[in-house]
Amino acid sequence: MDISNYLYLSVILFTIGATGVLVRRNAIVIFMCIELMLNAANLALVTFSRVAGNLEGQVASFFTMVVAACEVVVGLAIIVTIYRSRRSASVDDASLLKS
Amino acid sequence: MFNQSLALGQTATPEAVQFWILAPIAVIAALGMLFMKKAVHSALLLAWVMVTLAIFYIAQDALFLGIVQIVVYTGAVMMLFLFILMLVGVDASESLVENIKGQRGASILAGLGLGGLLLSLVARASVSQPAAGLKLVNQTGNVQSLAGQLFTQYVWAFEVVSALLITAALGAMVLAHSTKPAVRNKQRDLSIARFRGKSLADAAGLPGSGVFARHNAVDVPALLPDGTPAPTSISATLKARGDVISPAPFALEHSEEVEE
Repeated sequence: MDISNYLYLSVILFTIGATGVLVRRNAIVIFMCIELMLNAANLALVTFSRVAGNLEGQVASFFTMVVAACEVVVGLAIIVTIYRSRRSASVDDASLLKS
Repeated sequence: MFNQSLALGQTATPEAVQFWILAPIAVIAALGMLFMKKAVHSALLLAWVMVTLAIFYIAQDALFLGIVQIVVYTGAVMMLFLFILMLVGVDASESLVENIKGQRGASILAGLGLGGLLLSLVARASVSQPAAGLKLVNQTGNVQSLAGQLFTQYVWAFEVVSALLITAALGAMVLAHSTKPAVRNKQRDLSIARFRGKSLADAAGLPGSGVFARHNAVDVPALLPDGTPAPTSISATLKARGDVISPAPFALEHSEEVEE
């Protein structure tokens, strides 16, 4: 098996995540799809680290994980706040700015 | 299928076997996450994808990242997702109404296009030298080598990220904090409201349930002197749940005779 197969897997997972963000309407599921995209990018970074023979890719992947954790915390807090005022977790219902 | 010009070097057979078992499962789980109607099922499938990725990290000499992936992603992030799902309502099902016409078809098409583009891009890329591997770098241990980089070359980024973490924690607390509704009514306030209100009809308390009927239970409304059920005699919670029994079968049979 060639090492590049990891890159193909990463691309496929990223595509599934991106499609999910576009297709799904539930804010929490959209968020999960974003997490999937971040994870796919991490897999590519780890593979590149192995190809290049240094740890730069793994360090970048580490920082991605930290930023993703922050993003999840704030994003879920926003979803909870929206749910409190609109009683819905669907992105279609947060349309206050639409005339 | 693709022009495999990106030859990065072969892996050992055990790793190949592991990849061909786990990668299809990961892709199927990711697709399942996309198509599951309930958000809880999506969350569990995503947790499985993350565990698979952790195994791939460990297989690729990234031991520390593999462990961190399991602890942070499947441990913390997915549990947070499940907590929020419990808070927001597990069965908040997805509406299938399209607000923008043709958006679903267009996005699936865009997704397929993006996938094809990225796959062909990876397939056409070429690296001049084969994969170097991390044996040399990880000689003193993956964690030690990673720490060496993190605390020398990337120490500034590390500090900035710690500030980001604190800001995110504060932001989440501010966003998720809810102010309590105004002071709750105490017994004295309720009593004043009863006696100084518009009518004294309820001053002695609301009628009990089922008292006038033969059936004495909390889910049967009491009967008023004219035989009609008294709506105030039933708890609002039972009414909202739809657990109220009609008083008609329990009403006095010869009410006209009694009146005469």
